[in-house]
Amino acid sequence: MSKMDRYISPTVKAIPPSGIRKFFDLVTQTKGVISLGVGEPDFVTPWHIREACFYSLEQGYTMYTSNSGLPELREEIAIYEKRKIGVEYKPADEILITVGVSEAVDIAMRALLEPGDEVLVPEPCFVSYAPGADLAFGKAVPVPTYDEDEYRLRPDILEKYITPKSKILVLAYPSNPTGGVMTQEDLAALVDIIIKNDLIVISDEIYSELTYVGQHTSIASFPGMKDRTIVMNGFSKAFAMTGWRIGYACGHPDIIAAMTKIHQYTIMCAPIMGQMAAIEALRHGEAEMRKMVDDYNYRRKIILSGLREIGCSCFEPRGAFYCFPSIAISGMNSEDFCEKLLFEEQVAVVPGNAFGNNGEGYIRCCYAASISNIEAAIEKMGRFISRHRKS
Amino acid sequence: MELKRKILQLIENDAKLSPRTIAVMLDEDEAKIAAIIEQMEADKVILGYNTVINWEKADGDGAMAMIDVKVTPEREFGFSKVAERICRFPEVRCVYLMSGTYDLSVMVCGETMKDIADFISHKLSTLEQVQSTVTHFMLKRYKQDNLIFEDPQQDKRLVVSP
Repeated sequence: MSKMDRYISPTVKAIPPSGIRKFFDLVTQTKGVISLGVGEPDFVTPWHIREACFYSLEQGYTMYTSNSGLPELREEIAIYEKRKIGVEYKPADEILITVGVSEAVDIAMRALLEPGDEVLVPEPCFVSYAPGADLAFGKAVPVPTYDEDEYRLRPDILEKYITPKSKILVLAYPSNPTGGVMTQEDLAALVDIIIKNDLIVISDEIYSELTYVGQHTSIASFPGMKDRTIVMNGFSKAFAMTGWRIGYACGHPDIIAAMTKIHQYTIMCAPIMGQMAAIEALRHGEAEMRKMVDDYNYRRKIILSGLREIGCSCFEPRGAFYCFPSIAISGMNSEDFCEKLLFEEQVAVVPGNAFGNNGEGYIRCCYAASISNIEAAIEKMGRFISRHRKS
Repeated sequence: MELKRKILQLIENDAKLSPRTIAVMLDEDEAKIAAIIEQMEADKVILGYNTVINWEKADGDGAMAMIDVKVTPEREFGFSKVAERICRFPEVRCVYLMSGTYDLSVMVCGETMKDIADFISHKLSTLEQVQSTVTHFMLKRYKQDNLIFEDPQQDKRLVVSP
């Protein structure tokens, strides 16, 4: 233990290091890697959005905004959400602009949780929810989802994990890392359970535009759910704006006010240049975004077909830009598979267990990569699997 | 027709896509895609497959010019006959009929600027229907066929991220 270690909060110490961080270090030490391990679009932000940011800077928009964010942006978000999920939010007090969805998740947990409150987190999932609960002195309760269910949250399984301390349910669909989606019917089956158990839903819909089969549905759109759902979304994935760090939360005025209280004392406001760019994205970005989504969809089909051809079983991911194939054919665990694949074939994919224990036996392959890189990676993975096929 | 259009959009951006890959992308049968492409080649919907090359990087010299050409249209044929004649010269890469102050825009390539000058003075300007030419030599190519030549936008993402 280093001499300063004793000053570190036990809560922070108890949070395990990210499995992705360890793998990142390995990948950066390897040369000539084809990476399917990236969690962001391979497009840069469309030029008209970047240009709108330059213009705003030229016009002198370099100051703070209100804590809640620019009124024009909140108005555009209200229009967008009404159109996309059919739920009306008042720009004045039901929408908060945050620094990415990550901040929205963090402040929602801190606004809602008391020590010991439980947060139901369907896994495998994005890495932030459980640490977010821990940092707010709550307790993350992993709820397993399964390959055979295409990683949809099943009502019977959810019910098993609910206790009198359960307060928040995280729903993050389309899913990172699985690409799974929840259909309207899937969500409808959860509504009664959520209401009966008085749960608040954090609905992380950051990948909602990247839905390739059917329409995205938000849990907030069901009767009785708007007030108990915090819809979170942002610009990172749909508009290729990851580095701008602009997200938002929509919800009941009391919850948004509580979140805003934390936001104002920690962040103050999301950067104005990002907010100006986000306005442009919502007003004029639909066509470019559709092109990007079409491109992801083509690559989704190529990678899925390729993975199945080399013998990996994989359900059809209907959203986001990830495949989550089983590596049972190799007989290896996720970390061994990824490390050996990296060393032997210089292909980076992410171990499934980095996203929760029941991601073990799977890998996350991101298809936000060029078609030539996807095809080359599949060829290399095919060679690798042939060599390591479980006898 | 919709399928043809989708195929064309895909191969316009990447001529190297195989019928097999296109079939996967469009949820179609590989043989069907190959047949449609073959038919479009036969119908001259698809005229050919070129490569965009940055000759500066390939140590290749060369010169290119855009020439504004005013011509006298001909009865019955309009601009077509002279345009087709200009197309026959191997030095000519593109010929477009334009609106505005001149009629044809002609792109010409040669080993040197002198080659181009000789082509204009000896072959193009001497055509009976050509009234005048204005030549613009290309100094540098920045973008062609939707490809940026010196694109600083390489993949700057972290190699692994959550």
